[in-house]
Amino acid sequence: MNTALTLAALSLPNLISRMPGGIAQGIIWGIMALGVYITFRLLDIADLSVDGSFATGGAVTVMLILAGYPAYVAVIAAVIAGILAGLVTGLLHTKLGIPAILAGILTQFALYSINLHIMGMAANKPVNPDTYSLIVSMRSVPHAIIMGGIIAAAIIALLYWYFGTEQGSAIRATGSNPAMSRAQGININNMKLIGLALSNGMVALAGGLMTQYQGFADINMGRGAIVIGLAAVIIGEVLCDAIFRKGCNFSIRLLFVTLGGVVYYIVMVIILWLRLDPNDLKLFTALIVAVFLAVPYIRAQSKSSFKLAGKRSKKENSHAGT
Amino acid sequence: MLELKSISKTFNPGTINEKKALRELSLHLKPGDFVTVIGGNGAGKSTMLNAVAGVWPVDSGSIIIDGIDITGQPEHKRAAYIGRVFQDPMMGTAPNMQLEENLALALRRGKSRGLRWGVTSAEREEYRERLKGLGLGLEDRLTAKVGLLSGGQRQAVTLLMASLQKPKLLLLDEHTAALDPSTAAKVLELSDKIVQENNLTTLMITHNMKDAINHGNRLIMMNEGKIILDVEGEEKKKLTKRDLMDKFAEIAGSQIESDQILLS
Repeated sequence: MNTALTLAALSLPNLISRMPGGIAQGIIWGIMALGVYITFRLLDIADLSVDGSFATGGAVTVMLILAGYPAYVAVIAAVIAGILAGLVTGLLHTKLGIPAILAGILTQFALYSINLHIMGMAANKPVNPDTYSLIVSMRSVPHAIIMGGIIAAAIIALLYWYFGTEQGSAIRATGSNPAMSRAQGININNMKLIGLALSNGMVALAGGLMTQYQGFADINMGRGAIVIGLAAVIIGEVLCDAIFRKGCNFSIRLLFVTLGGVVYYIVMVIILWLRLDPNDLKLFTALIVAVFLAVPYIRAQSKSSFKLAGKRSKKENSHAGT
Repeated sequence: MLELKSISKTFNPGTINEKKALRELSLHLKPGDFVTVIGGNGAGKSTMLNAVAGVWPVDSGSIIIDGIDITGQPEHKRAAYIGRVFQDPMMGTAPNMQLEENLALALRRGKSRGLRWGVTSAEREEYRERLKGLGLGLEDRLTAKVGLLSGGQRQAVTLLMASLQKPKLLLLDEHTAALDPSTAAKVLELSDKIVQENNLTTLMITHNMKDAINHGNRLIMMNEGKIILDVEGEEKKKLTKRDLMDKFAEIAGSQIESDQILLS
């Protein structure tokens, strides 16, 4: 009875009308995912500081806009704040020997207080799109999609160039094989610092854009950002490999990581449209990430597992017996 | 070319696991020396190479390469002077990166890495030529991920990488031990070729006494963190496996019983 009523209340036009908003937010999370991609895939570090630096980006942006600075200046400042946050994680890890994952957690934890200070001890700071000129806003979703797309494209081009340079190659080598990197004269601690700074700078940029889009900064806006970022990275990679197979090179991969953010958000829009409890969103996100992370492992297992080997062995023996 | 002045290293000092790995070891290598290093497990062979490479600082003593005191330099700084090939074929290359990217990383060993392109088209030609010299057909696989290559191929690539930017010193740490016999022979032959072509000063650890005798112009045997035998030139050429076994037994005494060197 209940489900029938719920289904009857679902309207397709309603879903379609919600899509552009989902896409706009998805692009912003896609930019955030590019930051996660740098640490998670290129440096082989799961950097949890992003939960904090996303909100830091939002906090810095909102305060500077409210102080009368142009939105782009506010966003540049947000990027710098994010870079500093990344450097803190990097220094905790490389100079003080704290495992990367713990260093990230410590930074994220500390940033909660710092973000509150930035926002003048308010947990939430609105910025009115009617009063201030913003780069993106949900008042004009098509404009937000175009601006978000342009910014994402610029960042992808920049990353593609940078990771093709000598320094970018050294960062990738550090993530791929640290021992070899040292033997080739690469200062791997510096490379980790640069990578973490760059990553968190981009995450803060996304936080700054998200704040403008939704019209406020919130102390909790970055909670779970790492999981959403991972979800976008993984969804993007799975799609890219499925569509391009071996042709999924670095530039296309970056594009798909951003698209992964969009796909993730579209899924969220559908879940909300299905009238599922928004409080369950985090559960769904965790499930999606767990499933996609598990797929490569399970696929490998299905080809070579003890269970299968045992079955094959039994089969061969029974044949031999007859 | 390389001068070790009474270097010492103790692992886990003051604990029950204390191990004096190097005891005031001194060694002098002339330019172009190709020294093979033998000795039992725990004799300090790899420790000596790691001390030179700068994996950790030594407790005392000096390490000098071509007149430069590198004792206080970290691993990545010393890399400017040193080419290395490891025992584990997986260790010398970045598996997620392309073959040409790996070679490009090696070509820039000891140089500052800026915002120029990581691989240039002029380099590509050189890589193709060099890879052709390996005779493994790798010259057509420049953009393949190194992780797809076999252990032997990766070890050959690592050798090439170690010599691409001519090092003052080449360190080979049992670099054929993890390969099957025929691949090991090929990689060893390649090592000889690369050392001779570039006239490289080389330290090569091996567990194979025949290889230690047949390669290089000088042989040292280590035991308990010290060099206990050092022969070169004509004297080395006359060495036999039997001689080495006898010398080892004579100097090291009863310890030989527990030692793997008997097995090779």
